[in-house]
Amino acid sequence: MRVDGTFIAVEVSEQAAADQELARRLAEVCPVDIFRLRTAAAESGGSADALEIVAENVDECVLCRLCLDTAPAGAVKVIKLYDNEALLA
Amino acid sequence: MSILIDERTTFIVQGITGREAVNLTRECLDYGKGAQIVGGVTPGRRGREVHGVPVFDTVEQVVAHHGSPIDGSVVTVPPAFTRDAVFEAIEAGIKLIVIVTERIPRGDVAQMVELATLRGARIIGPNCLGIIVPDVIKMGGIGGPARNAAQAYTPGPIGVISRSGGMTTEMSSTLSAAGLGQSTAVSIGGDAIIGSTYAELMPLFAADPQTEGIVIYSEPGGRMEAQLAEWVVANGDPLPIVAFMAGRFMDEMPGMSFGHAGTIVEGKEDTTAEKIARLQAAGIAVAERIEDIPEMLRELLSQRQRSALAAAGSSTEGSA
Amino acid sequence: MRFFEYEAREIVRRAGIPVTDFGFAKTPAEAREIAQRIGGPVVIKSQVLSGGRMKAGGVRFADSPEEAEAHAQAILALEIGGHMPRGVLVDPKAEVEQEYYAGVVWDGTRKLPVMIFSPVGGIDIEQVAAEQPEQVGRRHISTILPLSDFAAKETIARAGVSGGELTKIVPILRRLAELFLRYDMTLAEINPLGRLPDGSFVALDAHMEIENEARGRQRELLLELGVDPTETRQAREATPFEIAGEEVDSSDHRGVAGNVTEFDGNLGLVIGAGGGSLTLFDAVRAHGGRPANYCEIGGNPSVRKAAGLAKLVLSKPGVERIAVMMSIVSNTRVDIVARGVIKACLELGYDPAEKIAFFRIPGAWEEEGFKILQKYGIDYADRSVSLNEAARRAVEKIQGANEEAVR
Repeated sequence: MRVDGTFIAVEVSEQAAADQELARRLAEVCPVDIFRLRTAAAESGGSADALEIVAENVDECVLCRLCLDTAPAGAVKVIKLYDNEALLA
Repeated sequence: MSILIDERTTFIVQGITGREAVNLTRECLDYGKGAQIVGGVTPGRRGREVHGVPVFDTVEQVVAHHGSPIDGSVVTVPPAFTRDAVFEAIEAGIKLIVIVTERIPRGDVAQMVELATLRGARIIGPNCLGIIVPDVIKMGGIGGPARNAAQAYTPGPIGVISRSGGMTTEMSSTLSAAGLGQSTAVSIGGDAIIGSTYAELMPLFAADPQTEGIVIYSEPGGRMEAQLAEWVVANGDPLPIVAFMAGRFMDEMPGMSFGHAGTIVEGKEDTTAEKIARLQAAGIAVAERIEDIPEMLRELLSQRQRSALAAAGSSTEGSA
Repeated sequence: MRFFEYEAREIVRRAGIPVTDFGFAKTPAEAREIAQRIGGPVVIKSQVLSGGRMKAGGVRFADSPEEAEAHAQAILALEIGGHMPRGVLVDPKAEVEQEYYAGVVWDGTRKLPVMIFSPVGGIDIEQVAAEQPEQVGRRHISTILPLSDFAAKETIARAGVSGGELTKIVPILRRLAELFLRYDMTLAEINPLGRLPDGSFVALDAHMEIENEARGRQRELLLELGVDPTETRQAREATPFEIAGEEVDSSDHRGVAGNVTEFDGNLGLVIGAGGGSLTLFDAVRAHGGRPANYCEIGGNPSVRKAAGLAKLVLSKPGVERIAVMMSIVSNTRVDIVARGVIKACLELGYDPAEKIAFFRIPGAWEEEGFKILQKYGIDYADRSVSLNEAARRAVEKIQGANEEAVR
């Protein structure tokens, strides 16, 4: 899944998004609450994902890299939309 | 040389586990030759570490752990606890206390200053960013992360004293760009009562062989500038001073406070117009714009050099 | 924060200093009742936080409750210095033999409170100090040693007062100093302090100001006096724009977007840090610019908060463009503020390159910030452009646009 803000986009691989434990850790490390655990109500809507990207917080990203360090390599991508979609490395 | 601190200075951080304190600890450790932060204090957190700095419950424990007297403390605890933290540091024998905390009532500040005076300690702040000796050491958040601080501050002959933390960096950066480095820059704080005023730091700069000139940033409110003017006149103007005065628009708005708590105009001497007049009467140059400061300072420095040479010349003639 | 006279007198009374049997009335009927209770000639005084009450007709004498009611009605409808009165104070008209001055203020140079006393009261103490300096006694007091009578005695004696007066005033001045310290006052003044025919002393008027920073810990006193915690009592009341600014600041705990103050110009300012904002505001005016507002960004606010502030300024009637400028930042981030102000423009349907007259924030994360500004075509500068020059460019742009419009 990928959610685009105005300046930042966040992309999480299908596999990572379905990982309950990873989702919990991502929600914990992000200082600006870009990641959230999916609520039961939302799950009953049919989604298999454990993770939700909070659209209104995506532009708050402070480029701290904590999510990249938490997830397996390549599972989470932070994209700078203002810099030709450059990836935060 | 520098004033207040040098590469051998040891200090602690009180309230070290707070968000801002964690950052400033990192910044101070990384900057220049690396600050010797010998411990931190947060009651109830003994045994932790912040960037490798051991945390204790009391200042007494840090002093015992260090095994010898500690020079300074950076205090970054909430306003309601600051007086207690500062009293604790003073009673533990610490002689230089930088208070970062803002919004401390004057009654508390006066108590801290009074005890410090009794014990022969010095307070910088409150509501300040601390002290920096370019490329050597910084004590407090002044200049920000080591990389940013290194970009703005360079070593040299100018002492900087500022009531605004941010403007300490802005002015030093302007001086650096013009090739005028700083001996020591001190953010003295923006409150109505502070531990060290311009006039109280001047004797230190005057005694420092590296310092050849002074730049100050000043604002409306209080009579700190009048006190500086009196000091300069009483002490025979030992160093050329260039002052920058911000907040001139506030002269039209008595009773309002902008920028810092201390800017409120409470008396007739508090306006910028009145301050500028007093500074100029004492021979202090007042810059209209920050970018004018380096040129004005250079001119004053070379004037002094010329008159020193002339004096040396005439005394030689006299002896001949 | 200043107290109204009726509050200040209540504080004096609590400190154990004799006061007259005054009453506070919000309606003419209440004023009449108080006058009736007092049962003699009274003084009706407007309760406003501005000087010059006497001149403006805000102080009147009444011989009967009916007259007191009529005067109260007139005074309650009388605006003084741009303020409507909070109510009226009804005071017994005292037979006073002599008026004195007693006060305590901070001395920022000595960093101690100073007691001031003079046997010449009822007029401005600064005037007495200038014209009859030998009639003014001053003495600093410790903030850590217990307050002792001798300090008050010395202060009064220094003003040349002796005899029974001296001994009777000592406890009054000491209690005034005690309340000054206990309640975190920045000014505690009894002027005049009256000597009555029987030789006793009574506070006839009082001025008190409490330090804003201490309002939290003086909650109890303020509550008992009936002071609303949201009252600022600034020299001028907050405008709706300024109240909206406070809402933006409190919407998010991260960083500060505060001290929003309204002016009537066309150039909106999103400026920052305490000293930087003062410097920039001066610079804009020095170049002939007309600021629409003052504000202070600091402490690394969120994108949302920066956007909220920029939107507020952009939406202010009369604002044509905004200038986004700060002194070199080390905690607040250039890229975060850039995102915030651009977002504000986009959400309001404006082109950021058009609406942002100039952007000058150097410092932390400037590389990322400048990339964002480039992408949106915004005119910006790094630290090599001074605060003054940045302000000049912003003003030039807004004036240039106006000249074009005229053509």
